[in-house]
This record gives sequence, structure tokens and C-alpha cells, in this order.
Amino acid sequence: MDNHVTPPNSLVSVRNLSFSRGTTKIFDNISLDFERGKITAIMGPSGTGKTTLLKLIGGQLYPDQGTISVDGENVHQLRRTELYNLRKRLGMLFQSGALLTDMNVYDNVAFPLREHTHLSESMIRTLVLMKLQAVGLRGARNLMPNELSGGMARRIALARAIALDPMMILYDEPFTGQDPISMGILVHLIKSLNTTLGLTSIIVSHDVHDTSAIADYIYVLSGGKIIGQGTPDEIKQSESEWVQQFMTGAADGPVHFHYPAKDYVDDLLSSGKRY
Amino acid sequence: MPAFLEYLGHSTRISFTKLGRASYFLVQILAGIFSLLARPRLLLKQLYSVGVLSFLIITISGLFVGMVLSLQGYYTLSDFGAEESLGVMVAASLVRELGPVVSGLLFAGRAGSALTAEIGLMKATEQLSGMEMMAIDPIRRIITPRFVAGLISMPLLAALFSAVGIIGGQMVGCGLLGVDEGAFWSQMQSGIDFKDDIINGVIKSLVFGFVSSWIALFEGYDAIPTSEGVSRATTRTVVNSAFSILGLDFILTALMFGEH
Repeated sequence: MDNHVTPPNSLVSVRNLSFSRGTTKIFDNISLDFERGKITAIMGPSGTGKTTLLKLIGGQLYPDQGTISVDGENVHQLRRTELYNLRKRLGMLFQSGALLTDMNVYDNVAFPLREHTHLSESMIRTLVLMKLQAVGLRGARNLMPNELSGGMARRIALARAIALDPMMILYDEPFTGQDPISMGILVHLIKSLNTTLGLTSIIVSHDVHDTSAIADYIYVLSGGKIIGQGTPDEIKQSESEWVQQFMTGAADGPVHFHYPAKDYVDDLLSSGKRY
Repeated sequence: MPAFLEYLGHSTRISFTKLGRASYFLVQILAGIFSLLARPRLLLKQLYSVGVLSFLIITISGLFVGMVLSLQGYYTLSDFGAEESLGVMVAASLVRELGPVVSGLLFAGRAGSALTAEIGLMKATEQLSGMEMMAIDPIRRIITPRFVAGLISMPLLAALFSAVGIIGGQMVGCGLLGVDEGAFWSQMQSGIDFKDDIINGVIKSLVFGFVSSWIALFEGYDAIPTSEGVSRATTRTVVNSAFSILGLDFILTALMFGEH
């Protein structure tokens, strides 16, 4: 039952996606669209499978049902080499940065260039320095990953993600665990890279404030369903109590403070047998 | 009783699925060997960390094992007045058995555990998954070079172990216990057969290198990506490699030397 019409400008379209891990349904028949040239955010509380969605888009996981197409290609029907060719056009920024710990910053950014192109070392040097300049860390090129702060590691990873000039970048929780300054830098970088490089960005985040500052469109996910979508302003004015609780961060609401449990008094007075 | 049967069935199934994953993993590793030939640098780096860094432990252990063999052998052989056979006894034990087996066990402890921990941590820190998203196959780029390095290093390390062991045996036998040096070497020369002893020893060490590299890399790649998961995987590597080496040693020995 596909009641979604794919907008003409959609780079990634997810149709009737279902995915479960064991008996837990992570996604239950959801459809989303990610427009070209836009920053689309996927928000929701931790554990709603936001990162899983990125892995599904990147073809690292297979859905139980439904299709995901990226730039007109059905990701999960591609052969391995075609999938790898598609991935060359995608950049992904992992939460940890996922830098290779046995190489310095320079070699990390040069890594995809050396693996996928036959460029000369002097050409690679130029490209690497340009990418590092774009994230403001040209001076850090000789540092090893363990010498970087979390924010710097993410910026280096971003430089690496744009090394092959992708058409789209997937950001996995880019703002988590950042101090206000690195946060500001990252927010600015994501926005400016998207504009200057003509990228399409998908941000997975639970950071309401900063994400809605740069996103063009937001999907709010919870319990495997889309419970709200629209521009940041529309989301803020959403009538859904759930969306309101998420956006304002209230401790109790449709999402209860307490994890489901039996009655408190009964529990305290019971024999204490383990269940 | 039904619970026990259920448990038995469940764990059997888990073991077999793991074996299946490991076999598929091996196929993927082997498929990458061809493309590795085009990039010898990747292999050289791993030969250094898997092979060269195991030099010290292999040399020292080999020396002591050879010295002890000589000491123990001398006391038994001298009862029969056959001290002159000490050379052949030391060399045969080392080349046929102790060289491949003990260096295999040391290799699993030194290089195997390091490989598992390295791969497991790369998985835990999303480096492998990051590579996949950069359209770089982590098995070809990371796993295959380490596997081939293990395969090449193991026979060389076993040969080093035996050679140093023989020198240790000679030092103790001829230097300390007064066995005639000429008899020591000449008996060894006539008693050790190139095909039966040396080649068979090399075959053993190749098999052990193959198995322990495979186990180490698979355990790392299959590890649960948490600190506890990686630590368990490292332990499993050492335990499973030791069992496999000792078990295979029995089988190989029976096949190789059974007809004599």
C-alpha cells in the first residue's frame, strides 16, 4: 500500500521499509524522501534505529521489506561492485569518526584517494590540503588520531568523507558529545559544505536545537513509525504531544519517565525474588 | 531432560553456524590473495608486525627448549651408552615436533592474540564499517595481508626455532656434558632425512600457520564489538589455536610418520 508519491527531486527514497532485530521491530512500514541539495534530519530518541537507517541506506544492512533507492538505484538489488561504485559517491561520517588509528591525519584523508584513484602523490597532496583547509585543520596534518580531540576527529573524518567529492553525506549523530565551540563549528561546516559543494545531507541526531537550525526538513521517528515531519517551523508547531515532548525535552509526557514496571508499592513489598 | 536436549541442540546449531561463517570468511580471504600481489607493500608491513616482531620470543624459547632437550636426552641416552646419538635426537625432536608445535603455540599467543585484538578493536571503533562505506573491502585491505603474512611467517619462525634449538642443544651437549662434537653433528647429518623430517616439519608449520591465522582473524572479525567481546575473542583465539595445533599435530604425525 504505497500512498507516497516520490517527489521528482528526491535523491534517496525509502518506501514501505520494515526492519527488525530479533523480535524488536525497528522500522514498521515507513516511507521517507530526501531531497537533492537539502539537509534532511532524522530525529528521535536514542534507540529508535536512526543509525540503522543510515546503514540501510548505505547497503550495509538488508531490510525485511520495502525498498531504498539512492539516485535511482535500488541499493539492495545492486551487485557488489555496483554497490561499491555507489558508495564511492556517498560519504558517511561516523559518530566516532572511524579514523584509521595506524595512520596520521594526512594519510587518513589521502586514504580513499589512494585506494580509488591513480592520482600522483603531488596531486593527492593538493587535494588533501584543500580538504583539510575546508575543515580548518590543515595545520593538524601530522597528528595521529589519538592526539585529536573528539571534535577534531570528526572534522578530519568529514574531510575524508568529502575527499572523493561525493554527492551525499550521511551524518551519524554529528553533535553528540561536543563542547559548544566544536558544536558550533560542526553546525557551520555541515551547512556551508552542503551549500558550497552542492551536496545532499542526511543528519541523524537527537539534538533538537542545533539540528533544527540547519535542517531544511525533519522527520521525527519513534517506535518504528514516523510521528512527525515537516520543516523545522512546522515541527515546532506540531500538535502531536509526543513531538512537543521531544522538542521541548519534558521529562514526562507521552513518553513516560519510568520504564514499564509493575506497581511500585507491590514491587517494594514483594519477596525480592528475581524474575 | 528436554531442557538439556534443547541446550544441546541450540549450542550445536550455534557452533555450526559459526563454522559456516568462518568458512565463508576464509573463502573471502583467499579470494583477496590475487589482488594482494599487486600491492606487496601491504604484505611487507604485516610481515614485519606478525613475523619480525615474533623473532625474540621464538629465538629465546627455541634456545631454552634445545638446551633442555639436550640435558634430558643426555641422561637417558647415557644409560645405554648412546650419548653420541644426542645430536640426532635433539634435531629430530625439534624438526619433526617441537619446532612446528611450540613455535605454533607461541605464534598463537604472540601474533594471534595481537591480530584478534587489533581487528576486534577496529570493528569496535567502526573502522571496518567505515572502510566499507568508503567502498573499500576491509577483508582485502586488512584481513588478507595479515593472513598471508601469518602463512609465510610461521614456517620461517619454526625453522628459526629449530635452528636455534639445535645450537642450544649443541652448546649444552658438547660444551657442558662433553659429548663429542664430531659425533653430534655427523650423527645428525646421517640421521635426519630431508623429505621425511624437514619437509614434513615445514608442512606442519604451514598448516599451523594457516589455522592459527585463520582463527585469530576470524575471532577478531566476528567479535562482539565491545571491550568484553574483544577480550573474550582474544582468549578464544589462544585457546582454540592451541587445541587446533595440538589436535592437528597428532593427525599430521599419524599420516606422515605412521608407515614407518
